[in-house]
Amino acid sequence: MFKYYGKYAPYLFLLPAGIVLLIFFFIPFFQTVILSFYDYSASIYHPVFTGMENYLKLFQSPVFYKVLWNTFLYLFVAVPVLAIFPLFIAILINQKIKGVTLYKILIYLPVIVSIVVAAIAFKWLYADQGILNYLVTLLGFNPVGWLTDPNWALYSVIWVTIWKGIGYYMIIYLAALMSVPKELYEACDIDGANFLTKHLTVTIPHIMPTIALVTTISAISAMKVFAEIYVMTKGGPLNSSKTIVYYIYERAFENLDLGYASAMAVVLLVIVMIFSLINIFCFERNKYQI
Amino acid sequence: MKNLRFKNIYIHIILIAVSLISVFPFIWLISTSLKGPAENIFAYPPAIIPEDFTWANYIGVWHKVDFIGYFINSMIVAGGTVLLNLILSAMAGYPLARMEFKGKKIAFFSILATIMIPFQAIMLPVYLITLKLHLVDTVNNFAGFVGLIMPFAVSAFGIFLMRQAFLGIPREMEEAAIVDGCSVWQVFTKVLLPMVKPSLAVLAIFTFIGSWGEFLWPSIVLTKESMYTLPVGVNNLQGMFSSNWRFIAAGSILATIPIVIFFLAMQRYFISGENEGAVKG
Repeated sequence: MFKYYGKYAPYLFLLPAGIVLLIFFFIPFFQTVILSFYDYSASIYHPVFTGMENYLKLFQSPVFYKVLWNTFLYLFVAVPVLAIFPLFIAILINQKIKGVTLYKILIYLPVIVSIVVAAIAFKWLYADQGILNYLVTLLGFNPVGWLTDPNWALYSVIWVTIWKGIGYYMIIYLAALMSVPKELYEACDIDGANFLTKHLTVTIPHIMPTIALVTTISAISAMKVFAEIYVMTKGGPLNSSKTIVYYIYERAFENLDLGYASAMAVVLLVIVMIFSLINIFCFERNKYQI
Repeated sequence: MKNLRFKNIYIHIILIAVSLISVFPFIWLISTSLKGPAENIFAYPPAIIPEDFTWANYIGVWHKVDFIGYFINSMIVAGGTVLLNLILSAMAGYPLARMEFKGKKIAFFSILATIMIPFQAIMLPVYLITLKLHLVDTVNNFAGFVGLIMPFAVSAFGIFLMRQAFLGIPREMEEAAIVDGCSVWQVFTKVLLPMVKPSLAVLAIFTFIGSWGEFLWPSIVLTKESMYTLPVGVNNLQGMFSSNWRFIAAGSILATIPIVIFFLAMQRYFISGENEGAVKG
């Protein structure tokens, strides 16, 4: 077999993908690290090598801590909801009921629609005199500045991410539920176990790996949110809804502070790499057959 | 039995509620887009069914915004991205599945490593490189499209998907073709590729969706309005019509119609659960 393929065939087959990955992944990866050691703030054409200066500035900046805090808040709110709620929906859809396909299509719809359109739709719902505030006043509360009140803005944006992810994770859970042996449920029914104990004792332990997978995937994607914030709040008011990717974008492409932005990008890289390593080596070993 | 039916009613109530939450933002957008100037879109209580029904907002926004242009741009970018992903992933997946060669482990783990590198963290150098290679729309439109496509021309996800597909083909298929005198390239294109069509289809559909919705990269590189893809164009509606929510709503809905049609036509790929985790998160 080996002789037949020839000496160069494997390399020639890998070459096109290799070139793209080299130019658009590996070189930029190392360049991000290199850029983070330079200061571009004085002049974009004459960067000055400053070593760890950008990192020192970063970890002394209250704005950066605020942004990091927001990013992890995003994670701590969105990830548990996205790990639990879609599972609940998937279990309900997995019962023998009518209209399953229609439910799946409707709940999956937010996944497919452009995040920009979704963000605009929510901006409209969140408007000061919008429909959501109508419901709030109907319940006897004062209207809320969903996107204009620093106490609310981040949570309003997080909700859009959650809303857009429910269908996606529901489908992952549905696939996992198919693998739970039917006999176990039948045994539960004979024992007269109710809905809750049945799923707590059979379903959850059985699909624990999938729950863990969803946790890490949703954590990684929560680290990367951008469009929701760009379209709805631009990180405001008072940086209250600014997360790390948006701040990198702002520093790099609006302030042209390439070094500082790159230092932040390295921080992001480290965090995402930790999550990804957990993901690859713990939950997706089969997919990559390591 | 009666108990069971009773329980099912609760399940339906919950699922209907979740479905409503999922689609309501769009319904409210559609409702707003169909309201004429005589109707207060901020009225309390809000009216879901327009009282002053009109198509005028759609006609108005259609005349002011080049949706056909955005659509064509999105098609070029998504089409090009899909095509390159299919070719490059299949080519790279084949030797990783089938051939033994020096450096295979290095190649394998290098590709795996790219999964851990989020585009958002390296976008700045990617932009600088794209500028250096003159792949921006200020050079010409073709260069602009190439620049939009190239950073997403191949992904580790695609390569591993194709590698898995090739691993599933019995070796005898290849050996028979080799005995018949096929070259490596012929074995690849004539024997193996037709056998991995289902995986190619999955890769094509999910790459298409990802590329179609991409917002960050085009909003960084694009400078000319005539090059806008649909998501960038939709975001731009906010600036164009500032607080004219009737037009913004109509434009957003118009821009969403193609992908909804695509989704409904291909829904089994998305909701069957067979391709779990295929969309990038």
